[in-house]
Amino acid sequence: MTKRMIYLDNAATTKMSKTAINAMLPYMDGVYGNPSSLHSVGQAAAEALANARQVIADCIGASPNEITFTSGGSEADNQAIISAARAGEKKGKKHIISTAFEHHAVLHTLKKLEREGFEVTLLDVRENGIILPEQVENAVREDTCLVTVMYANNEIGTIQPIKEIGEICRAKGIPFHTDAVQAAGHLHINVKEQNIDMLSLSAHKFHGPKGIGVLYAKKGILISNLIEGGAQERGKRAGTENIPAIMGMAAALKDACNNIDADAKKLAELRNRLISGLSEIPHSVLNGDSEKRLPGNVNFCFEGIEGESLLLLLDDKGVYASSGSACTSGSLDPSHVLLAIGRVHDIAHGSLRLSLSEENTEEEVEYTVQTVKEVVEYLRSISPVWRDLVNGKKEFLIK
Amino acid sequence: MALYSEKVMDHFRNPRNVGVIENADGIGEVGNAKCGDIMKIYLKIENDIIVDVKFETFGCGSAIASSSMATELIKGKHVSEALTLTNKAVVEALDGLPAHKIHCSVLAEEAIKKALQDYYEKNGIEYDHRQFPDCDGCSHCCGEQIKHRLDLNG
Repeated sequence: MTKRMIYLDNAATTKMSKTAINAMLPYMDGVYGNPSSLHSVGQAAAEALANARQVIADCIGASPNEITFTSGGSEADNQAIISAARAGEKKGKKHIISTAFEHHAVLHTLKKLEREGFEVTLLDVRENGIILPEQVENAVREDTCLVTVMYANNEIGTIQPIKEIGEICRAKGIPFHTDAVQAAGHLHINVKEQNIDMLSLSAHKFHGPKGIGVLYAKKGILISNLIEGGAQERGKRAGTENIPAIMGMAAALKDACNNIDADAKKLAELRNRLISGLSEIPHSVLNGDSEKRLPGNVNFCFEGIEGESLLLLLDDKGVYASSGSACTSGSLDPSHVLLAIGRVHDIAHGSLRLSLSEENTEEEVEYTVQTVKEVVEYLRSISPVWRDLVNGKKEFLIK
Repeated sequence: MALYSEKVMDHFRNPRNVGVIENADGIGEVGNAKCGDIMKIYLKIENDIIVDVKFETFGCGSAIASSSMATELIKGKHVSEALTLTNKAVVEALDGLPAHKIHCSVLAEEAIKKALQDYYEKNGIEYDHRQFPDCDGCSHCCGEQIKHRLDLNG
């Protein structure tokens, strides 16, 4: 019997779509020019680049000259934050507002700025993993130079009130950046309607290629370079453009945006079945709000077991997932996201993230529910923690 | 997965000596749920020979494999021989562990030593305290524990 292959780690990365691959191929051999070259070979590439920029701008309600291509979401996050910080410090403003459960591309950049003398306020994300707009309002100071809040969380999928936060920032004249890496292609984005000044996205989260992303910056927002060199990207990001990847990204985003409602409906149904099935496991808890979350995201904690062994056994049974346990993070602490929503260490180690794509089926979901149930039960049967809980020597933390 | 050796995966998938011994002659528990690893070792000892050993582990793949291998290494051995078990021996028997997983083998060694210490205590047998970790199995904090072991190993 061949091993099953149920890929449920689409928040980590997705399989490239045929549409994206086909969009890339002509730019590897046929149209291979450098868009900065004046001859026709180069200009053919320049034209393709302009088209891709337009397609991506249209998908998020921006103008083409507000789109900067980067190497991915991390670079876009870095550039957005550093740009706002540099602009802020010129005016003596060195305070930044963010949240406790941002991606490390944001958190580590903020740490770097703290070492330079910036002050950072990380908002509490509450137990449901959603901040309130008034938290932003209350945290704003005279010297606030940036608010950066992720659109949807990468681990627990919770969706933040972006439009409302943008409104507050707009009213106070503070630039607002959102890391939309998990949201782009999956949730409707309109930077104008949602008052977004800067936004990061990454192609490989919506069936595009890896190593390519976008920083959207509203006209008038000052962007500083992370990479110096040639005059590509209006002088904001040096380096010859990765045309095949950009073409793949544009095609994948257009495809995702054209199907966004149908895909979201399908994914949400599968997600809800996973949630109801896994909720049947005793002493388990869903992480993050049950409704205001990405259509494809499921994240649970199971008491008495550890996440890495859960992942390895699921892998043996053909289910590919992810966990926020310390053992999978390579550090001693479990996921900062789970700690931020108030899960204690003991519980956070036993987490499981399942992230769906449009290719997953109902049958796969049923198999996954059954398999997770079996594996959790087995791991509990060999766990001294579980024995103590069952024997009443320790109190259950998850009722 | 290429993260672990075949040996580790074998002991993880098919752990030897899993379970509990009722009325065990020695029990040792180390680790902390906060850190994501707890190991509990049960020993049945007759005439100073470990006639049976069982374990329960809450932890990652390498923690389960390390417990399984450690129990195999001491089964049937004289207690004085079992006392000489080192985490290095566990790592070698498993054909290696990734660097950030070495602490799992340390926990396995300490769990067994703690169970042997418990056996000595229960039976009023004199023993050399220096043979055992003097910080309660270093189980209060995993970060400290690893640091402590690394310091010991120079």
